[in-house]
Amino acid sequence: MVTEPESKFIRIDDQEIPFVHGQTIMDATLAAGVYIPHLCHFPGITPQGNCKLCTVEVDGKPLAACTSPAAAGQRIRNNTPELNESRKALTQMLFIEGNHICPSCEKTGNCPLQAMAYHLGMLHGHFPAQFPVREVDASHPTIMLDRDRCILCSLCVRASREVDGKNVFAIAGRGTHASLIVNTANGKLVDSDIEPSDLAARICPVGAILIKEHGYDAPIGKRIFDQHKINEIGLEKIYIAGAKSDDS
Amino acid sequence: MTHKPKLKLATTSLAGCFGCHMSFLDMDERIVELLEHIEFDRSPFTDIKQLDHCDIGLIEGGVCNAENVHVLRTYRANCRILVAVGACAINGGVPALRNHFSLKECLEEAYVKTPDMINPHIPDDPELPLLLDKVYPVHEVVKIDYFLPGCPPSADTFYRFLSELIEGKEPQIGKVELRYD
Ligand code: SF4
Ligand code: SF4
Ligand code: FES
Repeated sequence: MVTEPESKFIRIDDQEIPFVHGQTIMDATLAAGVYIPHLCHFPGITPQGNCKLCTVEVDGKPLAACTSPAAAGQRIRNNTPELNESRKALTQMLFIEGNHICPSCEKTGNCPLQAMAYHLGMLHGHFPAQFPVREVDASHPTIMLDRDRCILCSLCVRASREVDGKNVFAIAGRGTHASLIVNTANGKLVDSDIEPSDLAARICPVGAILIKEHGYDAPIGKRIFDQHKINEIGLEKIYIAGAKSDDS
Repeated sequence: MTHKPKLKLATTSLAGCFGCHMSFLDMDERIVELLEHIEFDRSPFTDIKQLDHCDIGLIEGGVCNAENVHVLRTYRANCRILVAVGACAINGGVPALRNHFSLKECLEEAYVKTPDMINPHIPDDPELPLLLDKVYPVHEVVKIDYFLPGCPPSADTFYRFLSELIEGKEPQIGKVELRYD
C-alpha cells in the first residue's frame, strides 16, 4: 500500500493550499477560497466534468479540476491568460450552440452562464451561431423547461437523483444530438413527480428550468449578478433561492 | 491645443429597434462635447442618405434581409473602423427569435393567420427587400472591429468608447460595464 506523503498541500498559481484525502482539486480550492471557473460543478453533488470550464494545468497537463483528485505536491496553473482564453472560447461555444437571447430571458441578471461570460470578457459569440430548433415543454403547471438554453451540464439530472430522490431527467444522444429528456412515458414534465421545491427545479445555471410565475421578479440593479460576481465563492445558496433573493 | 481633423462617424440600424440609437442620444449634452471631435455622416440622426468615407461606423441590428446585407457591406467598404452595437448586431437579439420558425411560418402568422386581417396575403411588392432565411449576427457577414454588447449599450459605454477612439487609444471594451441586457 502506498503511504500518503506527510505534506498535504497543492500549489495553485502562487498559493499553497491544504487538502484532505479524497478531495478533488475543486473541493480543495473552493474550501481555501480560491476560484476556479466552473458551471457544471455544485458542492455536494457528484462531479461529472461536463463543461470543462474548470480545466487547469496540473504539472503541465490539462485536467478538469472538478473530477481530478488533489494529490500532494501538485503544481497547478489556474488563473492564466491562456486558460482564461480557452474558457472564453468554451463559453462562446455554449452560447452559439443554444439560443441565448439574454434580453428576452427570464434568467437574465441571475444567470451563472451570463455572469461567466462577463467574468471572461466575452464580447461576442465568435463562432457561427447555430440557432438550433429545440423543444419547449410548458406542460407542467409550475415548472417550465426551455431547452433553447440548456447547456447539458446535467446538474438537474444529478440533483434529481442524488438529492431529491427522484429520477426526473436524463441526457439522451451524443454530440450535437444530445438533449435533455424527461423520464416519463410521453417525455413531458407534467407527468413527472418534480416539484418547484426540488433542487432539480432550482439548480439550473441557465434559464432552461424555470419556476413559473416568478419571471423578472427582481428589478435591474437588484438581481444576483448586479450585486455579485461569479468568482465569489459560495453563491450557490443564492442561485437556488432563485431570483427572489434580491437582498432587499 | 492643436486641432486634429474631426473624425467622421456614420451609424445605421439594420434589424433592430432603434434602442441603441436612443441610448446614444442618452449621452445628452456630452454629444455636444463629442461634436468638437467628430462629425456625423450618414445616420438616422442626420438623414444623410449617402455614405462617404468614414472613420467609424456604428451598426445597430442584425441582418434579416437583402437590403441589410447591402447596407452592411457598404459600411464595411467605407468605414475604417466598424463597430457592432448591441445584442441584435452581435447575436441576432430578439429578432433572431424568428429563427425557430421557417420564413413561411413567420409570414403566414403575421399576414395570413392574424385574426381580423383585411385581404390576408403575404406582401409581394417588388420594392420590398427579400427576407433572409434567418436573422444573422453582423460579424457573420462582414469583418467587425469592435463589439459593444448590451440591449442597448449604455450611454456611458458609447461615450467611453468614442472618447478613447478620439484620444487615439485602443478602446478597452472588456473593462467597461459589460452587460448583455
Ligand atoms: S440562460 Fe443566461 S445566457 Fe442564456 S439567454 Fe438566459 S440569461 Fe442569457
Ligand atoms: S436543464 Fe439546466 S441543469 Fe439541466 S442539464 Fe440543462 S442546463 Fe443543466
Ligand atoms: S466544472 Fe469541471 S467540467 Fe464543469
